[in-house]
Amino acid sequence: MKTESRIERILAGGGFVVTSECGPPRGADPEVVRRKGELLRGVVDAVNVTDNQTSVVRMSSLSACVILKEMGLEPVLQMVCRDRNRIALQSDLLGAAALGIHNVLCLSGDHQKFGDHPQGKNVYDIDSIQLIQTVCRMRDEGKFLGGEEIKGKPALFVGAAENPFADPFEIRAARLGKKMKAGCEFIQTQCIYNMERFSRWMEMVCERGFHEKCAVLAGVTPFKSAGMASYMKKNVPGMDVPDGLIDRMKGVAKEKQAEEGIRICVEQIQQLQEIPGVRGVHIMAIEWEAKVPEIVKAAGLLPRPD
Amino acid sequence: DMIVGDRKDFKEIVEKLGTRRRVLLLGCNECVTVCGVGGEREVGVLASELRLYWKKEGLDFEVREHTLERQCDYEYIDQIRGMVGDYDVILSMACGAGVQYVAETYRTKPVLPAVNTTFLGVTLEQGVWSERCQGCGSCILDMTGGVCPIARCAKSLLNGPCGGSSEGKCEIDKETDCAWHLIVDRLKESDQMERYEEILPARDWRTGRDGGPRKRVREDLKL
Repeated sequence: MKTESRIERILAGGGFVVTSECGPPRGADPEVVRRKGELLRGVVDAVNVTDNQTSVVRMSSLSACVILKEMGLEPVLQMVCRDRNRIALQSDLLGAAALGIHNVLCLSGDHQKFGDHPQGKNVYDIDSIQLIQTVCRMRDEGKFLGGEEIKGKPALFVGAAENPFADPFEIRAARLGKKMKAGCEFIQTQCIYNMERFSRWMEMVCERGFHEKCAVLAGVTPFKSAGMASYMKKNVPGMDVPDGLIDRMKGVAKEKQAEEGIRICVEQIQQLQEIPGVRGVHIMAIEWEAKVPEIVKAAGLLPRPD
Repeated sequence: DMIVGDRKDFKEIVEKLGTRRRVLLLGCNECVTVCGVGGEREVGVLASELRLYWKKEGLDFEVREHTLERQCDYEYIDQIRGMVGDYDVILSMACGAGVQYVAETYRTKPVLPAVNTTFLGVTLEQGVWSERCQGCGSCILDMTGGVCPIARCAKSLLNGPCGGSSEGKCEIDKETDCAWHLIVDRLKESDQMERYEEILPARDWRTGRDGGPRKRVREDLKL
C-alpha cells in the first residue's frame, strides 16, 4: 500500500467502492459541510470535495476536506488546474497530506466562463494529466516538479475523472490510458445514463488492460425531475441522456418523479456492478445528499467495510 | 501570421481624446490594413467621423490623416517628425506594438490607441479572421498535428481534450472548435495516431510571456 487511503485499501482487498460528493458552501459556515457529511457517514467509503465547482467561488476544497476529516469521514480532495499554478498546487498537496488527507482527484476544471467571475484569468500552467504526474513524482520519487527533493513525501492516493461520453469517442479509452500511464490509480466517471455506450467504452478500457492498474468507479446522478433530465441532456456539455430515460421520467406524475429518479439510479448501479471492470460507483447527488443513504441501501451496498 | 485587431468604439475614442482636438491620425500599412482596422481607408473613415462629430458640436478641430508604411520600424516613424509638433495628440491606428513605438519616439506627445489588438491569426474568408498563435516561444506543432492547443484550446491543455468537448465543439460555446478534436482528426488523417498516446510533460513557459518581456538580438543582422 502506498497510502493510508480507504479507497486504496478496499480496492486492494477486491471490494466494491462507493464514493459520493460534497459541494462546499458559498460562505464560511462550517456547519453546512458538517450537515452534508453527517448524511454520508457510514454510507459511503469516501467523499469527494469539489474545488470551486462550475467556477463558482466556494469554501476551499482543502478546508472542507479537513472539516469532514475531523468528523471521521474520508475526504477526496478535488484539485482543478484552472486557478493555481504548479507552485500553489504542489504547496496545497503538501498541506493536504500534512492535514491527513489521503486522496486527491486531479481535474482540468470547468472554464471560468461558466462561473460567477467570468472576468477572471485562468491559469492552466499544467493540465490534469501533468498534475497526476506531479503528485506521483512527489509521492514516489520524493521530488517536486522542478526537480528539488521533498523532505516528507505526501502519501496521496491519486485519482482523476474521465468522461466516456465526450468526443471524440475513439480516443476516450486512450485518454484513460494516458492518465493510467501518468500514475492515476482510480477514475471516477462523468454521470452515466447511456449504459450501452458506457459498456462499449469499458470494453475498450478492458481490452487494453487499463482497468487493472486504474480502478474505474462509475459515476451516477439521480434525476430529481423530468425537467432536470431534459436540462442535462440539452445544456451540460458532454452529457449523454437517452430519450428513453427522459420519457420514463415524464411518464410518472410530477410528485412521483423524484422517487422514479431514485429508482432509476438504483437500477443503474445494479447494472454497473455487472459490467466487467467496474470497481465501484461514485454517486453525485447534486444538492441532494440526503438521498444517498437510501440509494446505497436499495442498491444492496450496505453495510460498508470498515 | 498576421496581427488582428478591432477598431475601438467611436464613443471611447472621442472620450479618450477629450479636449485634444488637434489630432494627427496615424494609420499603418501592415497587418491592420489587411484586417481592415487601421489602414489608409480606416484612417479616412475615422477622420470623417471625428470631423462630423466635432463640427456638429460646434467645436474647433484639426484632423490630419497620415498612414505610415509601418509603425513598428523607426525609419518610418521618423518620417512624421516634421508634423508632430503641429498637433495636440497622435491617435494611432496600429497594433499595440506600433502605438508604443510611436510613443517612445515622440516622448512629449500623448499617443492614444484607436484599435484593440486582439490576436495573431489567419484570414479564414473575406472578413473572417481566426486566432492561431500566442507567440509562446517554443513551438510544438509537430506534436499536435499542426493545430496549436496553447492558442486554440480555451484551457491551453497539452493533453486534451477535456470532458467538455462535444461534437467537435468547445464547452465555452458552440461556435468554437475543440482544438483537441481538430488535433485528433489531423493525427488520424495524417496517420500519426500513435502521437496521441504520448504524454506531453509540464511545459517550460519561460520562452513565453511568463519569462518576462522578450527581446531578440541577431548579431549577424546588426549593422
